[in-house]
Order: sequence, then C-alpha cells, then structure tokens
Amino acid sequence: MSKVHVTTRVNGDPVEFLCTPEQTLVDVLRDTLDRTGTKEGCSTGDCGACSVLLNGRLVCACLVLAVESEGAEVTTIEGIATEEGLHPIQEKFLEHAALQCGICTPGFIVATKALLDKHPEPDEETIRYWLAGNLCRCTGYDKIIRAVQDAATTLAHEA
Amino acid sequence: MGSFAYVAPKSVAEVTGLLSEIAGSGSRAQIMAGGTDVLVQLKTVDRSARTLVDIKGLPETARLEIGESETYIGAAIPSAVLNENADLTALFPGLTEAADLIGSTQIQGRASIGGNLCNSSPAGDSIPALIANGAVCVIAGTGGERVLPVEDFVTGVGRNALADDEFLLGLKIPNPGPRTGDAYLRFIPRTEMDIAVAGCGVRLDLDEQGICTAARVGIGAVAPTALLVPKAAEALIGTAVDDAALAAAADACSEAASPISDKRGTVAFRRKIIGVLMKRAGAIARDRAAARS
Repeated sequence: MSKVHVTTRVNGDPVEFLCTPEQTLVDVLRDTLDRTGTKEGCSTGDCGACSVLLNGRLVCACLVLAVESEGAEVTTIEGIATEEGLHPIQEKFLEHAALQCGICTPGFIVATKALLDKHPEPDEETIRYWLAGNLCRCTGYDKIIRAVQDAATTLAHEA
Repeated sequence: MGSFAYVAPKSVAEVTGLLSEIAGSGSRAQIMAGGTDVLVQLKTVDRSARTLVDIKGLPETARLEIGESETYIGAAIPSAVLNENADLTALFPGLTEAADLIGSTQIQGRASIGGNLCNSSPAGDSIPALIANGAVCVIAGTGGERVLPVEDFVTGVGRNALADDEFLLGLKIPNPGPRTGDAYLRFIPRTEMDIAVAGCGVRLDLDEQGICTAARVGIGAVAPTALLVPKAAEALIGTAVDDAALAAAADACSEAASPISDKRGTVAFRRKIIGVLMKRAGAIARDRAAARS
C-alpha cells in the first residue's frame, strides 16, 4: 500500500509524516512521531485512553485515521503542560492521587481539559457524564472526580 | 485493521462518480463520516478490503440550516455540534437528547446521526427520534437527488435503501408548530454508555385546548428495524394525552414490537418496557408541547 503524505500540527508544532490509510492517529502519534504520552487501550473507542483534541474537539485517536489529520490541529497530553510547569489539572491529579498505574491518566487529563474549557464550573454529575468515556480500573473514580473539582476551583481563581 | 484505501472527495458528483466506478469494478466502497462504527467494524467483525469514501468534506454533509418551515442537518455533523446549538436543541429536544445518548463525549465528537441511520442497527438511538419527527432522508446518486422517509430507509439489520451509487447527504425535518413537543427515551441497564434494550420517540401537536391534533411514534430495538407505529399515534390524536390515551398508545407499541431475546433483554421484557417508554416519552412530549406556546 502506497503511503500518504500528511501535513498537520501537533501541540502547535508543524508536523509532516507518511502513513498508510490503515494507520490510526494514535499509531502515528506513538510510533512515527514518538509522542508516546497518548496511550492505546481498547482500540475501539470504549476506554478513552487515547483521548486527544482534534481541532479543539475531544476524540479517541484510535478512531481517527491518521490521514484525517491533514490540515488539522492536534493536541495531546504533551501539549497540556507549559514551559512554566505542569497544568493545574496535572497538579491536582498528583495531589489527589487520582492515578495508580497511569495508563488512563493522559486520556483523563486531556478529557478534563476539554471539559473545563467548555464548562469551567461543572457539577459532579456533569463531570461524571463527561468522563464516562474514560475508563480507570485502579482508582474507582472518586479521586479523579475530586481532582477535577479541585482543578476547576483553582482555574476559576486564576482566571 | 482490515486493508483499505481512503479518499476524501470534495463534491457530491465526485462521490457518486467514485461509488459507481467502484461498484462497476466489482470492488467495495464504504461511506465514512465520523467513523465511530465503520472503523470499529474494520478492526473487528468485517476486515474485508474496500475503499473508504470520507464524505465529511462536502458542504452538503456539513451544513446545518434552521429554515422557516424545516431544518436540514448534514449527514456528517458530529452530535456534539448538534448539542452545542441552542436553537436546534430548543426546536428538537427529543432528537438532540437521542443523539446525546450515543456513546461518550469522545464518540460524540465524531459520530453523526446520519451515520447512526446508515449503520442501520435496530438499536440506533437517533432512528426512532427521527421517525417521530417526520424526518426525510436526502439521498444523492449519479441520477441526482431523491428523498425517502426515515421509516422507509432501514430495510433490515445493517441494511438500508441506499443503492451502490448513492449516499446520504442529510436529513430534512419539519419544524415544530406553536404547540409541538418531542421526546425520546430508551432503557439500558446502566446510566450511560450502553446500547438500547428498547427506545421510543414521540412527537405530537396540541391545539389551544390541549387536545392532540397530530402525533408520530417511533420505536427502536424491538424489531429488525426501527418502526413507525401509526396505531400508537391514533390512540393519542383527539385526546388530551391523558393516562388512558398513553396506556392505549403503549399497548399499540407493545403489539407492534417483534423483539428478540438476547443478553440485554427477553422478548417479554422488551414488549413490556416499550409500552412504559411510550407512556413516559408521550407525557414528556405533551408537557413540552404545552410549555412551548
């Protein structure tokens, strides 16, 4: 199968790569572009470990073909922290011990970023529904919910 | 994943031309919008070779237009985009709630109701809500465009009325009148992220005295395809949509159902629950219609 040339932006950086039509965005992010922060769990859009923002919208990178990212803006977990340090969402996940094995964490943090950008003061129900597509088999979710609530409060004070 | 080629045409003529060329060569084309069903199928149950034809880039499939008398929803618009549109959710709360039930936030960032319809699952949540709303498919083919009511579109499990050279451009839905309400409810054993065991969409019009003058009822996951249930609508028309009328409509839905037993529910359970959903969705549609004026 001949390869396709794709020009896109990942975390603000212009990026070019060659891929086959069958390669998904998570394949290319991890295997071609070495952005291994994005994890692949189920590969069928159920677990949310591969959550990224595609043109600002939360999607599963396992259900996006890499060729579809032509001309797009992709934000991964590597684009959440700034040069000054970790993003408040990341700080709060650490503070609240909202992770154990860590495989789901990049997806949760990207999904939380999308949530708080859209709903800066979400109630618990909104948080739980928004994050229903991110599965965690370690924490039982409560610590994650507390971390998200605390991050929302922190970001609201900063704004 | 199965092996495939990928093309993203920029015009309707290019898509229909490609579809007919691929069909003529004896190979297989597959239309893709958000890909949340298509890519999962390619990774799991059906890995046979094909050409994926991505229709997201067409103006006709990306257009959302709320007109004077009807609303057009392009076939490839993600449900998250529909639910962020306050004008649309105010006009068709039942339909947009049905779209909001399909998958996670991530899935809704890509999945479209056009795709949900074309996937043609008996349990597709948007289908009964579209049927209740009197939605009509706008289909493009090499010979031009044609329209087809949603209740006639799905012809079997995973099958629909699209010919080899055709694809769904969008859906046209008559706008609600001054006292029109719609609702969609489904039953699932958990609160989120599941496939309907049964689903019921209702849209009805009331007159100034609160009497129902028109109604449409669509049911899903209780037959090989989602169904329009005219007898349920007849039970509501001419009534104040009171408990007796809702009970009669519920019986009509249970009667129209021809469900299967599977791990999500038995025949008897599905027959019963579709009636319960009819009653509850009917009451919501009635209250919305009354509150609108």
